[in-house]
Amino acid sequence: MNTNVTIAGVTFKNPVTTASGTFGSGMEYSEFVDLNRLGAITTKGVSSVPWPGNPVPRIAETYGGMLNAIGLQNPGVDMFVERDLAFLKQFDTKVIVNVCGKSVKEYVEVVERLSEEAVDLLELNISCPNVKEGCIAFGQDPKMIAMIMDEIKRHAKQPVIVKLSPNVTDITEMAKAAEAGGADALSLINTLTGMKIDINHRAFAIANKTGGMSGPAVKPIAVRMVYQVANAVKLPIIGMGGIQNAEDALEFIMAGATVVAVGTANFINPYATVEVIEGIEEFMRKNQISDINDLIGCVK
Amino acid sequence: MAEIKKTKAVIMENELLCDGIYSIWLKEESIAKVAKPGQFLSIYCKEGSRLLPRPISICEIDDEKTMLRIVFRVAGAGTNEIAEAKKMDEIEIMGPLGNGFFLENTSNSILIGGGIGIPPMLELAKNLPGKKQIVLGYRSETFLVDEFKLYGEVIIATEDGSIGTKGNVIDAMREHGITDGMIFACGPTPMLRGVKSFASEHNLVAQLSMEERMACGIGACLACVCKSKDKDHHSNVNNKRVCKDGPVFYADEIEL
Repeated sequence: MNTNVTIAGVTFKNPVTTASGTFGSGMEYSEFVDLNRLGAITTKGVSSVPWPGNPVPRIAETYGGMLNAIGLQNPGVDMFVERDLAFLKQFDTKVIVNVCGKSVKEYVEVVERLSEEAVDLLELNISCPNVKEGCIAFGQDPKMIAMIMDEIKRHAKQPVIVKLSPNVTDITEMAKAAEAGGADALSLINTLTGMKIDINHRAFAIANKTGGMSGPAVKPIAVRMVYQVANAVKLPIIGMGGIQNAEDALEFIMAGATVVAVGTANFINPYATVEVIEGIEEFMRKNQISDINDLIGCVK
Repeated sequence: MAEIKKTKAVIMENELLCDGIYSIWLKEESIAKVAKPGQFLSIYCKEGSRLLPRPISICEIDDEKTMLRIVFRVAGAGTNEIAEAKKMDEIEIMGPLGNGFFLENTSNSILIGGGIGIPPMLELAKNLPGKKQIVLGYRSETFLVDEFKLYGEVIIATEDGSIGTKGNVIDAMREHGITDGMIFACGPTPMLRGVKSFASEHNLVAQLSMEERMACGIGACLACVCKSKDKDHHSNVNNKRVCKDGPVFYADEIEL
């Protein structure tokens, strides 16, 4: 039974990674699961200098989902390399580093700093809804996506994945712009911008007013977008949005994702990643599927 | 692998203590064996649309270390679901989470609990040696008072003045001339702010147990941060994670 999948020339032992921002750099979860089991670990977004993030409260539960406005709190790329990357090197899993910035220059600084490090792929975060500068401003305009891609590709030593925002009229336009700019792969979807009002206090439930919605409630939207993008571009896709178990993951794969990422489910169940991997293997055994690649985009 | 377990516990007793405050005894040996005062549990809802576990502090651990007690206020649909659980029902929990109180060998302790910050002080009161003055602040109706009396002198403040000092825990401490001892406190942020300033006024060491909205409970999501004096090793900024670095901090470590 083959569970190997390849994205931009990098082969993962299985198609399961983590969604950026939901797994730290794996340190906390290594107390629960064997990180060697994961196809890849996608780290929390890292910027050129430390970011303090947004004020609290930063999260709120919604029906079948949650809103977050963490604001990409991170230790900055130097400490990330020294501490997080050094930690990740112990494990036999691919490392995808999510890169964020407030300007093109800042993205480039992180990409250059990581160029000689043990990083397998870069994931460009141009779609975080909780950071006003950079990020989302880049991710909602096809011209900006093509421009930033072009610039990053000039400096990146590793293949570049672009993480797309669902908060656009037509996600395939953004995917095409990323492809035209030289992206090697796409991740989708980032969170959907949402809001919750605390009626008892007549106040916003999170300090940032709006937050990124994730969790099982967003899954049908994410599966639809993966399907649309898979049919619009040639790039491989990392699909995510509400994956809680193997059945959810297989939906994404059948819609056209080569790799899937487990996100919010980690917060609820720290064993979620490995349970998804085991569930996919179980499905393959039961249905006598010898190669996971046969399932990718099998629903037309 | 971790001492932290995500597992099923059996409800042995569920009692309504006063309006909206419930006491539940949970049978779960592996967590009860390692849990310490001031740590908390993540309690999961059965209703699938309620994704996030509810962080609830450990009120007591039984002598044989086979059961854990939680005392909590119904704040919404999730805690209401937990409150409706029946004896012998199974409930999913994860724990023990957080670091809990630092059990320093002090001969004189001041335990301060405010509102739903009162329950975790009970296991602490059982575990601390020496003289204990226990200051409890309520809105109006009291709970757990007789149980606290087994471990020390209990001083009560109520907002409406129906029992004890009219006002808050700081008013009660001033009224009773409490000025000396190591402080251990849990309660709403304004109360902790008052305790921090009281401690500084009397040059006392204080441990404060914080509360913040959290998702994972294990330090990964970075939702439950509080401002800290020093840069946190984890984030390289002046933020500490309430769930993992706390929930108990020394007063001089954090900004309130």
